[in-house]
Amino acid sequence: MKIVPAIIAATLTTALIITLNTQLPVGGSKTPRLGYFLSPQKGFWKNAEPTDVSFDEDIKLHGLKAGAEVYFDDRLIPHVYAENDYDAYFIQGYLHAKFRLWQMEFETYVAAGRLSEIVGESRLNTDKYFRRLGMVYAAENSLKAAEANADTKNALDAYTAGVNSYINNLNENDIPLEYKLLDYKPEEWTNLKTALFLKFMSFDLSGQGDADLGMTNTKNFFGWDTYKKLFPTVADSLDPIIPKGTVFEKAGINVSFPKSIDSLYFNKTNDIIAAIPPIIPDKDNGSNNWAVAGSKTKSGKPILCNDPHLGLNLPSLWFEMQITTPTYSAYGVSFPGTPAIPIGFNDSCAWGETNAGRDVKDFYEIKFKDSTMQEYWFNNAWVKTQFRREVIKVKGKPDDVELLAMTVFGPVMYDKKFQSNNKDGKYYALRWTAHDASNELLTFYKLNRSKNYLDYVEAISTFECPGQNFVFACNNGDIAIRQQGKFPAKWKRQGDFVMPGTDSSYMWQGFIDIKENPQMTNPARGFVSSANQMSVDSTYPYYLGRNGNFPLYRGIEINKRLSVMNNITPADMEALQTDNYNVFAATAKPVLLKYIDETKLNDKEKKYLNIFKSWNLRADINEQGSTVFKIWWDSVYTEVYADEYSKAKLPMYWPEQSTLLEAVLKDSNYAFADNILTPNKVETLHDVVLTAFQKATKTFTNLEKDNKLEWGKYKDTRVNHLLKLPALSRLHLPIGGGENIINATKSEHGPSWRMVVQLTDKIEAYAVYPGGQSGNPGSKYYDTFIDTWAAGKYYTLLFLKKQEARHNNRIKWHITFING
Amino acid sequence: MKFFTAILLTALLSFAFGLFSVIPWWSCALCSLLVALSVHQKPSKAFLSGFLALFLLWGLMALIIDFKNEHILATKIAGVLPLGGSAYAVILVTAIVGGLVAGFAALTGSYLRKK
Repeated sequence: MKIVPAIIAATLTTALIITLNTQLPVGGSKTPRLGYFLSPQKGFWKNAEPTDVSFDEDIKLHGLKAGAEVYFDDRLIPHVYAENDYDAYFIQGYLHAKFRLWQMEFETYVAAGRLSEIVGESRLNTDKYFRRLGMVYAAENSLKAAEANADTKNALDAYTAGVNSYINNLNENDIPLEYKLLDYKPEEWTNLKTALFLKFMSFDLSGQGDADLGMTNTKNFFGWDTYKKLFPTVADSLDPIIPKGTVFEKAGINVSFPKSIDSLYFNKTNDIIAAIPPIIPDKDNGSNNWAVAGSKTKSGKPILCNDPHLGLNLPSLWFEMQITTPTYSAYGVSFPGTPAIPIGFNDSCAWGETNAGRDVKDFYEIKFKDSTMQEYWFNNAWVKTQFRREVIKVKGKPDDVELLAMTVFGPVMYDKKFQSNNKDGKYYALRWTAHDASNELLTFYKLNRSKNYLDYVEAISTFECPGQNFVFACNNGDIAIRQQGKFPAKWKRQGDFVMPGTDSSYMWQGFIDIKENPQMTNPARGFVSSANQMSVDSTYPYYLGRNGNFPLYRGIEINKRLSVMNNITPADMEALQTDNYNVFAATAKPVLLKYIDETKLNDKEKKYLNIFKSWNLRADINEQGSTVFKIWWDSVYTEVYADEYSKAKLPMYWPEQSTLLEAVLKDSNYAFADNILTPNKVETLHDVVLTAFQKATKTFTNLEKDNKLEWGKYKDTRVNHLLKLPALSRLHLPIGGGENIINATKSEHGPSWRMVVQLTDKIEAYAVYPGGQSGNPGSKYYDTFIDTWAAGKYYTLLFLKKQEARHNNRIKWHITFING
Repeated sequence: MKFFTAILLTALLSFAFGLFSVIPWWSCALCSLLVALSVHQKPSKAFLSGFLALFLLWGLMALIIDFKNEHILATKIAGVLPLGGSAYAVILVTAIVGGLVAGFAALTGSYLRKK
């Protein structure tokens, strides 16, 4: 033995193995353990699925009651035929895990504030945010409600057993790619994880409530009178879900203003709020849905359409499937992580949702006796605080413990310990309906089994948060829409700003009886629709929330179009869902052209103005005019308001784009046009529009140089992988549309599922989503539908009876599940 | 002859170990060490046979997987790592990493046996 060389060689070998077995820091992130990751028998190569893969299998699972047959069509959509409910949800859980395990678990890590466990300290602030938002508390409360109901308990237990059955039979070498990238392993699924997933949707769809903090700053900065001008409560051009002129019943709850409202709320200006949440859900988290009655369709039967607008991600939020048992048969999209089918149809009805946007999330300033937060002042007495311990595990670091102070309002989200920018030393507690025990799953469970209008009404009656506009159509001809949720009865402007929390006078005075929720059934106009606009006009007896929560324009355009359409076919509905006409631009174009003084433009500027003038108002991919409009309008907006905000030091909000448009439509002397930083000069709208155009021209020139003036290239739509890794994402998609447009496709956000269902005796349905059925980036089925989606095309859905499935020529694979 | 025997043995043994999920990826180093201890070669030859065994084993496995996968995943991984989006670069790196680990392990084995 040669001692010295042997020792050197052994050391080198060990060092090499250790290096290749360690996550190395590169830039801001860490590499996978390279030796493991590259190993063809352990690492990522195991996830490279053969393109001719067969999904045929006979699977024995312990825990199934009877068994199930699953047929996969050529798009890898499973058609599940189970003997009973329990097995149906068991199989749904199993299939979700088989195709989407990493994503469903990752999303619950986010919701539970557990990302630091996987990626380390860098996500600690986000984790703290979700803990302090009370997400785990909310999920626990909702789980209690869901488990108190026999049907949802059965569904949850079956689903969880199905997910775990997959996990337990999973060879460690075959775990999804992302686990290998980030170097962790799947853990056991629980019913609580499903509850957490649903709470994440509540967060995503009622998130604008966090703007209360910044809005308080804004009001304090401008003073109440100016604030009211910048932030009106209702837009003039509102076309509500329930048409104007509808007479509402007398309010069941007479809300009264607190006595101190002027001094302690509207005109209080000495607050300094620096807190700003680290994550704010996209303002345009919304959707379109509508149903047209048989009187307006070619077939004489209703057609229902829905396209939920959410962040566009891979793997997709949705997993498409059919679930059939001896008692019902439903088809649509499901959330990996949750049983049942939230958007879809069965053999008699179809249903879909858009976000209601109602404000159900308010902040109260709490007065604690001292910084230990043991007691707080409420209704003339010191009340003992309850504490909730939230332990955040951090990879490679000691645990972080958050003591969440619980008050009569809810958890104290912002305090001195929360490392937001909250330096004002104050305490803000959160009142949010998502914290209340509610059973949203029950609604989907019942909708899947609905046979008629009454079943639908019953199904949605228990749905609390996030408030949704449930659209409905039935093959007997009924169509309906209802705004459903647990909505506080609010006085006008209640909860727009942080409210005093020292007594009960600013608390919500009750919840609106669901009979008073906005609703419409079989209207004479032959259609119902919603697009996140305010559901009712100002004659409705309760306050809905800030105007800014309610996008105006898609609703206007949808109603205008539907009201003149007749003899409608599903193809017409597809064309409407993917329509790129910009009604906001149509309203703004004449205003811009009225105020621009062409004689003051040079040749280059004139060239771009001509592009705008000849623009057809459509946001199609090749339209340069759409880009010119967007940049010019944004420039006008900045020119009008930037001076007002120039001295603002705290996080604040700017007015709505619609507020500016409506103001300049009716007031040629709009006061905010004047630049207050130039005291010797009074700028008019003419000046503002001209300066804005001249500034915008620089951007036009640069874009044109880069060949990016065309709308599709400028907007640059992509579908990001959840970890934001470009190589696993789909970039530069050729698709038009955008904000305020029915085809609401923005850069990273838009129609996450487009569905058109015609309720003929044999249901005809067409749909597409920007993703693929497999969550595995190494699978051919990872992003299969994206190009079809971008092109505005649809797939014809196969909704099959069991005996048809066996022989259908689009069925490619078959799994038999048996109890074993 | 010894040279080829060592390559074949190392590759086969590593492949067999790799089939079991509980055994870590670096079991190939142990296999290579074991073979170098039993099939005695001088250090440079031992290194080369260990290297080639895993270079070929990992390289070929990766190549076959990649071919059946029509380069879908390897191309993406080549963007993540980053290797310029080339699937073949990922296969090459895979082969080299396996080769180096086994080569050094074999070298150690050879020195341990050497009189």
